[in-house]
Amino acid sequence: MTQSNQPLIFELSKSGRTGCSLPDLDIETQPLDDLLPRSYQRKEPAELPEVSELQAVRHFTALSQRNHGVDTGFYPLGSCTMKYNPKVHEDIARFKGFAHIHPYQDSATIQGALEVMYRLQISLAEITGMAEVTLQPAAGAHGEWTGLMLIRAFHEANQDYKRNKVIVPDSAHGTNPASAVVAGFEAVTVRTNDRGLVDLDHLKELTGEDTAALMLTNPNTLGLFEEEIVEMAEIIHEAGGKLYYDGANSNAILGIARPGDMGFDVVHLNLHKTFTTPHGGGGPGSGPVGVKQDLVPYLPAPQIIKQADRYVFHYDIPESIGRVKPYYGNFGINVRAYAYIRTMGPAGLRKVSEFAVLNANYMLRRLEPYFDVPYSQHCKHEFVLSGKRQKKQGVRTLDMAKRLLDFGYHPPTIYFPINVEETMMIEPTETEAKEVLDEFCDAMIQIAEEAEDHPEIVQEAPHHTVIDRLDETKAARQPVLRYEKQ
Amino acid sequence: MNLPQELKYSKEHEWVKVDGNKVVIGITEHAQDELGDIVFVELPEKGDQLTVDEPFGSVESVKTVSELYAPVSGEVLDVNGELEDSPEFVNESPYEKAWMVVVELSDASQLDALMDADTYKQMISED
Repeated sequence: MTQSNQPLIFELSKSGRTGCSLPDLDIETQPLDDLLPRSYQRKEPAELPEVSELQAVRHFTALSQRNHGVDTGFYPLGSCTMKYNPKVHEDIARFKGFAHIHPYQDSATIQGALEVMYRLQISLAEITGMAEVTLQPAAGAHGEWTGLMLIRAFHEANQDYKRNKVIVPDSAHGTNPASAVVAGFEAVTVRTNDRGLVDLDHLKELTGEDTAALMLTNPNTLGLFEEEIVEMAEIIHEAGGKLYYDGANSNAILGIARPGDMGFDVVHLNLHKTFTTPHGGGGPGSGPVGVKQDLVPYLPAPQIIKQADRYVFHYDIPESIGRVKPYYGNFGINVRAYAYIRTMGPAGLRKVSEFAVLNANYMLRRLEPYFDVPYSQHCKHEFVLSGKRQKKQGVRTLDMAKRLLDFGYHPPTIYFPINVEETMMIEPTETEAKEVLDEFCDAMIQIAEEAEDHPEIVQEAPHHTVIDRLDETKAARQPVLRYEKQ
Repeated sequence: MNLPQELKYSKEHEWVKVDGNKVVIGITEHAQDELGDIVFVELPEKGDQLTVDEPFGSVESVKTVSELYAPVSGEVLDVNGELEDSPEFVNESPYEKAWMVVVELSDASQLDALMDADTYKQMISED
């Protein structure tokens, strides 16, 4: 294995070297034992690296240059990971009236911030076709859990205690069954049919008086629109259940179709996916939840409402499931999402989805001759390929993903959805130029040809990265989680 | 592909070795090949009840986590504790060292629904 030529910061350390000089202490010193019980004091001084300021700057700059992100190159993970974040959002989120306020400030002094929250609630309700929206949930899975707790509150308010099952498709995001279980339900799996859509007959079989909800992503994780959604809604509603919309794939339907019109009762949106807020560094995210009128009484408090010409925190929601996050959601993120919505406008948001869908279909048709396509109808904003053909040459999807690194791309999502063998899921998003899509497709086609003619090139990839192929098995079986001095 | 003739096979890729009223259960060579390098095996505890076709544990590889589906119903008499520290046995020796659980059959007729080696071989070649 090629060794990285970047030493660890501990290896750069020289005893006595320092990057800063601290001023003399201008208060009286106190004995350490008076401040901290001896049992909490460390026996030996911490071995902190001792480097100059310039060494520290060079070290971390060098590491940062090894990052791959949407600002440095294309990655086909799409909105699922992070769309391009327009830079103007950063300026807006740093406005004093947004960045320098405190959650405990008198609401009379933060009317602008409250107005943004109020307008964002209304905008998201309009985009999804819902009656009201809460901005509190901090991310998608948090939104799922909040939405399911609202559904639980609804059933319980109707003294309907037998509804303990939540139906999820086998192609669902793993968070769906997990959220159902955390919210106290049992997750039941409905099968996908040979067209990659929910098997309606199986859904009928599973639906009954114990059905609390059906959780659905539409378009689903295969990038396919659930055409029979109206029939599904009828099946679930007739049985007394609710329909939950996982908004992870909303990038395909903005301004074109609304979950509320499809029959969904609860929706979450991932603002950090569809609405271009930063997320790739691990958050914070934002997962607002919208509901139809009959679930409004249970929304988390407070909501932001308008009274005469003032915006206020509304706490008087007697049947509320309670607060789901301290304060009012990830406000700075919500500001960026609102900026995006207002920048794009209704026509612009529709174009986002039209371009996202066009880009995905263009790539699907270019790659179709070279890879197996398990579901060949038009896709929405993403599509799924199978590496079954390459597997016959001994080349696995994992190998092809590694080979993409040699071309300077982050690989797509692989081995998900789990109901397709040797999966690759590709989502380009709307912001990429045709030339970029073509270059990526050219790389994929070259890899498919290598798999036929020189499989070892792919099997041993990557060849041109800083560090060559990592032993993922050893990393999982015998992980080294901590630096130890030699 | 090694498919011992004396074993029975489920459509979820478990093998079943019948010994009177007891069965030993593991996953097939084909299954471990599909999953890739196994890094973690989660099994039930002694005394747990398995229900046919219901999940009773999971196998995690570098690429995915797969549930183990019970090929038969019954009480768990013994569990292969070595797999906790040596999940690689599933790749190296799926039929010997990587046996997973021993179960006391509660309904021996469930064995009739399992496949013999040739039928299983045909099933996996159709995939």
